[in-house]
Formats: sequence, structure tokens, C-alpha cells
Amino acid sequence: MPSLTDAAIESRRDFLKALALSVGGSALVGCARAPDDPIIPSVADRAGEDLPMFYATALTRNGYANGVLVKTRYGHPIKIEGNPSHPASLGGTDIFSQANIFSLWSDERSKSVLRRGSLSSWPTFGEELAARLATSRNGSGVRILAEPSTSPTLQRLKKNFLARFPAAAWHTYQSLSRDNVYAGAKLAFGEALETRYDFTRCDVMVALDADFLTTLPGSVRYAHDFATRRTHSAPTRVYSLETSPNAVSILADHRRALRPNEIHSFAAALLDSLDNKATDSPFAKWRDAIVADLSNARGRSIVVCADHAPPELHAVVHTINAKLGNLGATIFLAEPLLDETDQLSSLRTLTDEMRAGNVETLLVIGGDPAYTAPADFAFAGALDRVAWSAHLATENDETSLHCDWHLPLSQELEAWGDARAFDGTASVQQPTIAPLHDSKSGIEWLAMALGESTTGHDLVRETWRSLSDDVWKNALRDGVVANSSAPSRQATLRTFDIKPPSTSATDTLDFVFRADPTVGDGAHAGNAWLQELPKPFTQLTWSNAALLGPETAKRLGIVDEDVIRLVANGVSVEAPVIVQDGHAEQCVTLPLGYGRTRAGGSASGIGFDAGALRVAERFWQTRGTVQKTGFVRPLARTQRHAVVGKDSPVRVVAGDAAIAPNETQPSLFAPRASTTGYAWGMAINLDACIGCNTCTIACQSENNISSVGRDQVRRGRAMHWIRIDHYVEPAAQPRLHAQPVPCMHCEDAPCELVCPVGATVHDSEGLNLQVYNRCVGTRFCSNNCPYKVRRFNFLQFSTEASRDSQNPDVTVRNRGVMEKCTYCIQRIETARIETDRDGRKLRDGEVLTACQAACPTSAIVFGDINDPSSAVSRAKADTRNYALLGELNTRPRTTYLAKRRNARTELDE
Amino acid sequence: MSAQNVIAARVADIAQRTPWRTRGRVAVWIAGALLAALIVAVTMLLAKGTGIWGLDRPVMWGLAIANYVWWIGMGMAGTFISAALLLLRQDWRASVNRFAEAMTVFAVSVSGLFPIFHLGRPWFFYWVAPYPNAMGTWPQWRSSLTWDFFAISAYLIVSIVYWYIGMLPDLATLRDAATTQRQRYFYGFLALGWRGASTQWRAHASAARLLAGLAVPLVFSVHTMVALDFSQGIVAGWHSSLFGPFFVGGALFSGFAMTLVLAIVLRRAFALDRLITDTDLDRLAKLLLAVGIFVAYCYAVELLIPFYSGDAQEIAATTARFDGPFAWLYWLTLICNVVVPQALWSPTVRRNRGALLVIGTTVVVGMWLERFMLIVTSLYRSYLPSVEGRYWPTVWDWLLLIGSIGLFIAMFLLFVRLLPVVSVYELRKRREQTA
Amino acid sequence: MSQIFGRHFDLVFRVALIGSIALVAGLIVIWRIAIAPAIGAPVEQPVPFSHKHHVGDVGLDCRYCHSTVDSSAYAGMPASEVCMNCHSQLFTTSSLLAPVRDSVRDGKPLHWNRVYRLPDFVYFNHSIHVNNGVDCANCHGDVARMPLTWQASSLEMRWCLDCHRHPQAAVSVAANATTKPTLREAAQLTECSTCHR
Repeated sequence: MPSLTDAAIESRRDFLKALALSVGGSALVGCARAPDDPIIPSVADRAGEDLPMFYATALTRNGYANGVLVKTRYGHPIKIEGNPSHPASLGGTDIFSQANIFSLWSDERSKSVLRRGSLSSWPTFGEELAARLATSRNGSGVRILAEPSTSPTLQRLKKNFLARFPAAAWHTYQSLSRDNVYAGAKLAFGEALETRYDFTRCDVMVALDADFLTTLPGSVRYAHDFATRRTHSAPTRVYSLETSPNAVSILADHRRALRPNEIHSFAAALLDSLDNKATDSPFAKWRDAIVADLSNARGRSIVVCADHAPPELHAVVHTINAKLGNLGATIFLAEPLLDETDQLSSLRTLTDEMRAGNVETLLVIGGDPAYTAPADFAFAGALDRVAWSAHLATENDETSLHCDWHLPLSQELEAWGDARAFDGTASVQQPTIAPLHDSKSGIEWLAMALGESTTGHDLVRETWRSLSDDVWKNALRDGVVANSSAPSRQATLRTFDIKPPSTSATDTLDFVFRADPTVGDGAHAGNAWLQELPKPFTQLTWSNAALLGPETAKRLGIVDEDVIRLVANGVSVEAPVIVQDGHAEQCVTLPLGYGRTRAGGSASGIGFDAGALRVAERFWQTRGTVQKTGFVRPLARTQRHAVVGKDSPVRVVAGDAAIAPNETQPSLFAPRASTTGYAWGMAINLDACIGCNTCTIACQSENNISSVGRDQVRRGRAMHWIRIDHYVEPAAQPRLHAQPVPCMHCEDAPCELVCPVGATVHDSEGLNLQVYNRCVGTRFCSNNCPYKVRRFNFLQFSTEASRDSQNPDVTVRNRGVMEKCTYCIQRIETARIETDRDGRKLRDGEVLTACQAACPTSAIVFGDINDPSSAVSRAKADTRNYALLGELNTRPRTTYLAKRRNARTELDE
Repeated sequence: MSAQNVIAARVADIAQRTPWRTRGRVAVWIAGALLAALIVAVTMLLAKGTGIWGLDRPVMWGLAIANYVWWIGMGMAGTFISAALLLLRQDWRASVNRFAEAMTVFAVSVSGLFPIFHLGRPWFFYWVAPYPNAMGTWPQWRSSLTWDFFAISAYLIVSIVYWYIGMLPDLATLRDAATTQRQRYFYGFLALGWRGASTQWRAHASAARLLAGLAVPLVFSVHTMVALDFSQGIVAGWHSSLFGPFFVGGALFSGFAMTLVLAIVLRRAFALDRLITDTDLDRLAKLLLAVGIFVAYCYAVELLIPFYSGDAQEIAATTARFDGPFAWLYWLTLICNVVVPQALWSPTVRRNRGALLVIGTTVVVGMWLERFMLIVTSLYRSYLPSVEGRYWPTVWDWLLLIGSIGLFIAMFLLFVRLLPVVSVYELRKRREQTA
Repeated sequence: MSQIFGRHFDLVFRVALIGSIALVAGLIVIWRIAIAPAIGAPVEQPVPFSHKHHVGDVGLDCRYCHSTVDSSAYAGMPASEVCMNCHSQLFTTSSLLAPVRDSVRDGKPLHWNRVYRLPDFVYFNHSIHVNNGVDCANCHGDVARMPLTWQASSLEMRWCLDCHRHPQAAVSVAANATTKPTLREAAQLTECSTCHR
């Protein structure tokens, strides 16, 4: 990976200008005539400018860094890959890192400085700011509101700022706060501490409504470790007690839906019986089973609760883990990484001051507090009382509306910066392209406020002054600052009294607030890739919905898409409903992040704003009542039917048992002669898939797949090449399954038989090719595909606007053309051409499909099945290997490894 | 004046002299309006793409294909009636064969539009044909759609030639009966210099027999081919060896029904009672009933096959037809195509033109429903439980359907206005023989 | 009654019949010719660059300007600076070269008109062809005789296939070649995936 210096950026800017509009674009099928635009070589001599380059950097999620490699072509960042040498990634990614490419090129980003809605400029703003800071002696009445951050450079500038303006104050807020984690640690250990886990040495996991596979900081790494342990060593056992299904539920050996309070008291019960205080509990059977397993795995187990769990629960869990000897073995404590451990009170202080009129100058860095702040703070109103306010943000959003100034914020791929990962490892963020619009990064902005005119690069370099130039260069190349991880530390457990959670009145339901699986707290609302990504289990796109348990729904006479009125804390909100199998009864899950008013064109006004019901006192959970309104709001979901019986496409085996192989059907076809060259195949390990959707969005980014919008999704026209089917296996506690379905590349492919023009054909390496430019669109192939993995461009879905973010190695499909998964043939061909050039054979793992590369749990393996030593051959040799719909004799090249379930029989009764 | 001259005069009147009054004008206006609808629908389709229809994944085929099968099905009767009955020496055909053949030609031409317009990229439809090209590529011969292209075009060409050759003597008659110079030129040109010389008659007779011999097998091949467009797929509900005869039967069924309807309408409109007699209608009705019974049999076998085979997917697909979201479609089809036609057992019904008109129309509609049912109920669900769709046509689907009806009516009106609606010379022969 | 069409009309009719068919065929042919690439027609350029002079007379290697031809999909067009390597010394005052000098001075790239146009859905890779011993002239003709460059081959799919069906014919391995080209089977070379992705 070539590293990058500031100079290189400056030159890449004009390089980009020169190339962006010429050779950089992608192909368009259907324009039968070849392009006639001029060839524009660069002025400066630069060799191999069309070859892809990878830059190591980091992308933050809620402040924590995820290491990534950014692939650029012609100076365009077009794809995100995981950084194998970064502890939070180890090669894997999550949907948010992948979707960054869309956010970068999005047309709905704010592009210019606005002063009370009218066009202005940075210099003008600079002068006004300088004037205000000057008049406010030592910064009295000056406040800064930023999102929690782990960035050393930001910390440094923050310190400088407060030193320069001692009377000023710095506040921090982010609606998906980790306050409870720190508060819990305070209870248990007397001080705020980070918790991090090591799943590579863990055999028994008890998740208390905690999705440690996709939501915790470092969850990508956790998912990787979890899967590694599960795949390569002694059978593990996972218990998940949850209000609504999450990634853990899919692989849990036992899952059970409980209300939040029940989960809390269950934890208390666990602790008691570990202390041999046998109290009677409604969950005795489960408690005893879990306690048994835990005590057999002292030092090899993890009990984990979610960030949003109340502090008491965190404390209880810490105590349990301490008793099990897990602290220091599988669980480690460290100094807090975020710069604020009690954001809610920080914001409360600020809001009170604002309402009291003590705030004359307010600088808001990122975030959208006007939308995300607790409803009872009435932040937006308070904001109007501020004499002079400025908001630095990527979108001209709700907060900007109430500020005097809106300033474009640079996207992470455009700016210098730094951040720490879940384990404290620091990464330097290097820009992969010059800012597309007239924007600044948070640190550049702070420097500006301090009257410095230093570049982002110099600011970050200054922070890391201690590093020699070589170490600095290496840090840029590798994406991590060598051995910068935070040391874990000891802490002594204190005794504290456990308040038993108050039992809820029967006439009210629990309302639990959760980050939306794809748009978080609304920060990603403007991202069409994430909007159109089907949310796990509900398969819902372009909206949120209130999730209800089946019993509760039946009692209230509610079915899917009914609109209900939710009343809590004196506020009422109307929301469409999805009845979710495996959801706790007497309990409603309300995903945040929707019902936004200024999220940019396509994302404004969809879904409902659960935040309106959210008050600081009951931040993650409240009580309320539900009435049926009689209205119906249609939802865009990609899967209608999820309940399966014995014929489930997802096969499950007990423990390490082998699976019943598909009996070979008689065939009229002559047995195919085995080939000698490459034979591409794929194996998907359902025992590792957590249904996180990363493969889907990685594929979308790699293969220029269009987003089609809400209405088209409702019509069943979503274009994802690899979809994740979710199934519910009825049981006392329903079992949940996820199954990624790409093209099966059948050796006897039904689609190939029926195409009149031969637009879909087989090649000698077993790929089922789709030749877009030959396709006339009879759609017979899709009708004849038993897996229904083919996607049709019913309308002109691909747009010129998305051109800059597209992969020039993949043809862009116009309307009227069928498309589908190609096993990333562009990657295969590129690698083949290279190896053919140097006259050698491809090594196993030299070609990774986009889905495979992105998968945090390495559930997807791809390679040459003619090579018995290849990873995929070994996977297919597994006794759990089976073909989907094998009875049809399509001989798919994509096969599945059955799920393993290591159950305790007594809990299944 | 002798019988034959009466016939000649009457036919000539229809084509040349009778001015169209209100009813005729109304018919023309209706046809024109529907034709306009077709133009709008097609323009929109070409501008936006097939996405304007209700199609989705998994239901990738919809109304367009149903219309195609429906039209080409009706395009069967004409050739069959005249050709097969000619070979079987059933001379009563004389009264109906001419407009039946015309109906065939028009219906097949209309049906040909749908396979083209339902393509994602209609402007490349000719890629289905084998022709030397810059890409150095050929069609994919294993696909039934490729052969369908040949089946339709061959059938269309033969039908047109057969129809036209059969018309020659009457065109000559019209030429001679022509009153104005323009008519004389028009019919004279079309008559290709027919003088009624015995040599011409002999040549004409053998040509007719030859084409008839050619047309009859084509009738079966084209509909077996259409059936293969479905049964080649592994879609549960399509993948059945029954489809060939099933579709041929269905085509005959709708074809005869349409002929019956047109016969009654024409007879009423132009007072052709003496040319299209009640006995003729009675015979047609009997034919309709016979084919109807065969179709009913096919429905029964279609149920037998999945349950006999025991294939879980096939059984699921079939039961979904009974009680699935599209069940009403299935039962309505059975009522129209199986229940209603049974009325034809009664001679009184067969001699009641009103009743025949109603039954004929019901069958024509019923056969359309059948095609729609076969396509949608087979596609909306699939092998994987996760795959399930709904399909409901949009206004653009419907516009294309009624537009195609408009096109058919328009062509048929032109036919009755300009050309001999019944075969004069054959009726003459028939009268001479009966006399 | 008098005959309206005389005997002669038979002939007229037949001729008209054949004529109309011929007309349709003719129109199609004309259309195909109209959209066919203009082979052998010199293409105007902002700078009248002569391959004849640079290759034929001076004897430059193709790779001096098209530097990535053996390492990447694109042959590479020379950056303005590359031109100036020589032209900072030679013909420094020639008005023909003004655009190049301006380009370097103002940092504004030159805009060359395309000679070869390939549809975007075709993925042609120069390096693999060159490395496997396909001579540039096979497709680009003898540029050493082209004062202004013109298109030498049609680039029709049929034309590509001719070579891909008989690769050996097009491949010429230099005696001193270090690596022997590893050719895929003709069967593989004619697979859609070879060029379309």
C-alpha cells in the first residue's frame, strides 16, 4: 500500500479533476454506440494511474475506530475493505464502513457555507468567529458541543482551546451514548472503565439483550473471534436472553424472549445462585442450566449486557464475571477511551445554560442534537435562545436549521484525523481524496477557532510529534500506530446493593428504544444503501416500525402494517407495526433514527420519530400504552413469508453430527467430465453467519448495484445480488435462522436453458455468466431460477449521479437487462490476467469475492474446487456440507454448511 | 335471379355499396378509441420500460404474455376450420371459413406484438433470429423462445397466403361487380388477373389443398410451441408434458368460441341469415362443446399429475391454486370454461343465437383468465419459502390489453368493409350440390 | 367488360414485388454502412501528431509514450510532460506544438480525439495481449506510415473472435523472450467472460 503525503493530495486533486469525467466513469450497457468523448491524459507524468490503489485508514463508529483499506481508482475512493492488520477489523468490516462510499459521493451532502440560509463563505465566517471570540474575554459565554470522540488530536486541540479560553466550556453528546457502561463500572469498581472481551478463549456466552456481534465497539473483531472459536475448537454454548431478536439470537443454542425488567432480575437470580443463595425464580430451569454451564467454564465464559443496559445491570454482570474468574481471563478493563463518560448530564447542563441565556456563542461539531436530544430537553427551542450559533455537519439538518451558520463537514475519507479502536489502538486517518466540497474537518475547524491556519495533516502530525518519520510512514501504511493499544488494568470489586427492578404495571407496556439496525440514531438516514438494506428479521427497508410480540399483537388485535398510537411521558406518536416472532411480550421495540424532517430528499419524513417519546430519565426504556388507530401504513419489506417447518432451507445438526446428504437424483444429462483448470465454487458456513448484511452492502458497492427506492422495493424489485433470507422455526422459543443467498452458479443451470439469445451461459470454469450487453430481457431465466437470485432492471435504475462512486471494472446495467451475482468475475479476471502475464497459477485466497472479503466471521469461502487443498474444497468436504434444493439436480457450485446446535435438552421441553 | 347471383350481389353489396349507418360508425369510433389507447400504452412502455407494469420478482411475466397466448389461441380456429374441414370435405365450412381465416390472420398479427413489447429491450427483438451479424453470434437453440419465433412467423405467413389465395375468385367477382373506377382498380389489382379460366380453377384448387395440408400441422406445432414456452421451465405448475395438447385444446376452444361470436354478430349486422344458417351455428356450437369437453379433461389431468407424482412442490403449487391468494382466478376459470359450456348439450340452446353469443363470449373471457391464472399462480410462489410475491396489473397492463382488442376490431372492420366476408364461390358450389 | 390491367402489368407487378424487397434490403445495408467505424480515415487532433515521424523516422519505441501498455489494461496516453522531454529542446518555437507548451505551462491537460472506440461493456486489456506476443500492428496497423493516425481495424466482435478462435496465428514470440506466453485454450478465449463483465 503506497502511503500518502499532503503533497500527494494536492496533486491528486487536479489529477481527479482531469480524470473524473473522462476515463474514470463506468460502462453503460445499451448505449450500443461506443463513447466519443476525448482522451484526457494528465499533465504530470504519472505511471499506472488506472491501477487500483489501497490506502489504510480508519473509520469511526460512535467514536471508536474501525481499520479499513480504501480502494481508489483514478483518484476515486470506490470500495472499502477491512484492514487485516487492524485489531478491530482483522480483515472484516461492518455495513457502516462499507456504506461510507455512498455517503462520500452522496448528492445530498451539504456543499457550501450558509449564513441564516443564504450563501456565505469560510473567510466571512472566520472573521465573525474571531470577532466573537475576541469580544468574549477569556471565552465567557462560549460553548462547544461535540460528539464523544477518541481522537488524540481532538483532545489536544480541546485542551488548547480551553486553555486559551478558560471561561469557555466543552460539552459532549451522542444519543447512542455509553454512559451506562461507565456508570455501571462506577457502581462496581468505583471508577468509570472500558470493558473489552476476548472471545477467542470463551466457551460459554450469556448475552443479556446484548448484541456483541454487531453493536458493541469492536464488534467486528468480536464477531471474528467468536466465529473462530466456534468453528475451530471445542463446542461452545451461547445463551441469548433478549427483548427482540438480534445477531446473537441466530447462532444462540438457546434463546429466550424476556422483558427488560425480567432480564434484569434474571441476572440478579444468576448472581444469587452463584452465591448459592437459592431464591425461587420464574426462570429457575434456565437459571440452573446457565449457572451449571458457567461454573463448568470458569475463566472461559463471558456474561455480557448491552451498552443500553441500566448501570445496576452492568454492575451485576461485572460481579458475576468476577465471581467466575473471567475478569483478566476473557474480560479486560481499561481507562475510558471516550472523552466524556456522562454525556446526558453534560448536555443537560448546556441546555439549561442556553435556556437561561448564558450562552452567547455556540459551536456544534457534527451530530444532530436538535433531533437526537431527549425530548424533555427541548434542545431546538433552547438553541434559538443562543445569540450566535454555528453547526458543522455533513447535512444541512434539523440542528443547522436552528443555527445561524451551517458549515459543511468533511467526510472521514476526505480529511486527516486520528482515532482509537475499542482496545485503544490508535490509527491515523488519511484522506483518500481531496474534499469534494467546500468543507472542513472538526480539527481543522477547531484550529481555525484557535486562529491557527495549519492543515489537517500538520495538526495530526503535531499530535504524533513523538513518532519518527519512518514510524509515522509505517503508521500510515499499516493503518495502525505500532503498539499503541491501551493497557488493561486491575480494579477491585466493591459491594453495592442491587435494587430489584420495579415490576411493571399490567396496563402499560415496556417501550424500549434501540438504535436502528441500519441507520443507527439517524446519523445514516441520508445513506440510500443503508436505507435499502433489509433490516435483519423484519426485512424492512426505507422505514422503521414498532416491533411487537405475537401474543401482545393478537391481544391488541394488531397485524403487520397496522398503525398504532404510542403514548408515553405525555407524548403520543403514531407508528406502523411489525409483529416479530421471538419478540418479548408486553413490550414494544422502537427503533430510533426515523421520522427526520431534514435528512435530505429521500430520507426525510419516512418512518416515525421514536425519539419524541424519549426522556432523559428513561432514556433507553419507558412505559406507555398502545392503541390501534385503524389506519394502515404499507411497509417496503423484501421477504413476505418466514415460517418454515421440516423442509427448512436452513439445515441444523445437533452438536457435530453429520448431515443427511442429498440422495443423488437420476439425471438425463450425461455425467459431466471433470475439468482440469480452475473450477470456482463457494461454501457458506451457516454456523458462522450472523445475518449482519455486510456481504450484501459490500456486494452493492463492488458491483455497482442500484438502489431502487421505497416504492420499487415494495413492488419486489430490490436489486441486491446477495440477499439474506431470515427464517423462523416455530417452537416454544422460536429458533431464528439466517441464510445468505447469492447466485448458486448451478452446473446444470435452468436459467441457461431458456435464454433465446444465449445471454446467460456457462464458462469452462463453472461460472454461470450473465452477458448484459447480449440480454434482451425476456426474463424467462428469472422465472426458471429456483433460487430467484436474478434481478431485473425494470426501469432505468442506474443514474449518472452515482457514476463517480462506481467500480470501472463492472458494467453498469441499464433498464431492460437481467443481472445477478457473478462471483465477482471482474476480480477473477483481473487476477487471472496478472497470473497469465507472469505465467503462474493462482494461489488459493488470491481472489476474494467482495462478500467473502467483507464478512467479519469468514462465513463465506470462495475458491478453486479442483484444488483439493483449497479452503473451499476443505469446506465442501465437511460432513455438514449440503446443496440448497439439491433435489432439483441443479448441482449448485454454492453450497452451505449446516448450522450446529449444541442444546441442553431439558430447556427444549 | 338465381341463388348464386343473389349471394354474389349480397356480398358485393356489403363490401361495395351498403353505406354504414350509426351502428357501423359507432363501431369504427370505438375501434379508433381503443387503438389510441394502444398507442399511448406502447409509447409509455418504450419511454419508461416494463417497470410501468405490475411485474415483480418472482412474477416476471404477467398480462403481456397472457394476452399473447390468448390472441394466438384465437388465431387457431380459422385455419383449422377451413383447412382441416376442407381436407375432411366438410363443405358447410363455406359459410364461416372466410371471416374465420381473417380472424386468424388478425389475431396472430396482434399476438405477435406482445412477445416483442414484453422484452426489456424490444429494439433488439431481432437478436432472436439467426442472421449474419457483426457479433458473430447465433440464437440459443435449446430455448423454446427461439423456436417460438419461427413457429409464429411461419404460422402467420401461411395463414395470410392461404386466406388470400382463397379470396382470389371472390375478389374477381367484386372486381366485376364494381361500380366505380376506383373500386375496379382496387379489386382488379388484388384479384391478380383472375379470370375464372378452368386452368386457374385447377391451379387454385390444388394450391388450396396444398396450403391446407401445410396449415393443419402448423396449427398444432405453433400451439405446442407456445406450450413449450412454459413447460420447458422447471416452474412448479408449468413443468408438465400435458401442456402441449392442453394448449392446442385451449386454443381451439377459444378459437371456436370467437368464430361463433363473430358469426352471430356478422349475421345480425348484415342480415346474412341465408348465408350463415342456424344449422351452421349449430354445427359450430357442437364443435365448441366437443373441444370444451377435451379442455375439461385437461383440467382434470392437470390435477391428477402432481398428486400422482407425489412431488411436494407440484402439490403445493396446485393446492395454492385452490386456496391461495389467486384462488378466485382458478375457480372463475373453471366456471367459464367447464360449467357454462355444458349448456350446449341442449339443442334449444344451440339454436338460440342470444344464448350462443353469451356462451361464446364467456368462453373467450374464460380462456383469457386461464392463461392469466396459469402464469401468475405458478410464479407468485417458488421453491424457497422466502420467495413470495404478489402481482396485480397496473393501468398500463390493462391499456395494452384493451388496445390490442381495438387493433383487432379495427382490422376486422376494414375487412368486412372492403373484402368478401363469406366465400361466394364455395357457397355457390354448395348450393349447386344441394340443389 | 374492358380489362383494366393489360398483359404488360404482370411484368410491372413482378418487378414492383422484387423491387420493394430489394429496397428494404438496400436500406438495411446502407444503415449498417452508416454506423460502421470509419476505417482508414485520418482523425484530426489538436496537435497534428505524426506516428510516421516519431516511429517511422525517429524510431521511438511505442512504450516510450504508451508506457503502461505492457503493465495495465490501458496503453496509456503520454502526459504533456513526456512530449516536453524532447520538445523542450526540439522545435521549441513551432506553432504546431503551442498547445503542448500551453498545457504544461497552465497545467491544463490536452484533449486528444479518440481514434479507437470500444463500447464500455467490453473490457479489453492491452497488457495481456502485448505480453503474450500480440504485435501492436495486429490491431493498430503500421502506424509508422500514418502521418495522422487512423483506425486500422473494425473492432467488431466478429473481428475480435477471429483472433480469439485462432490465437496462435496472432501470437509472435520473440526469440529472446524471457517468459513463454501462457495462452488459454481457444475455447476459453471465446468465452463471454473473457471480454464482458
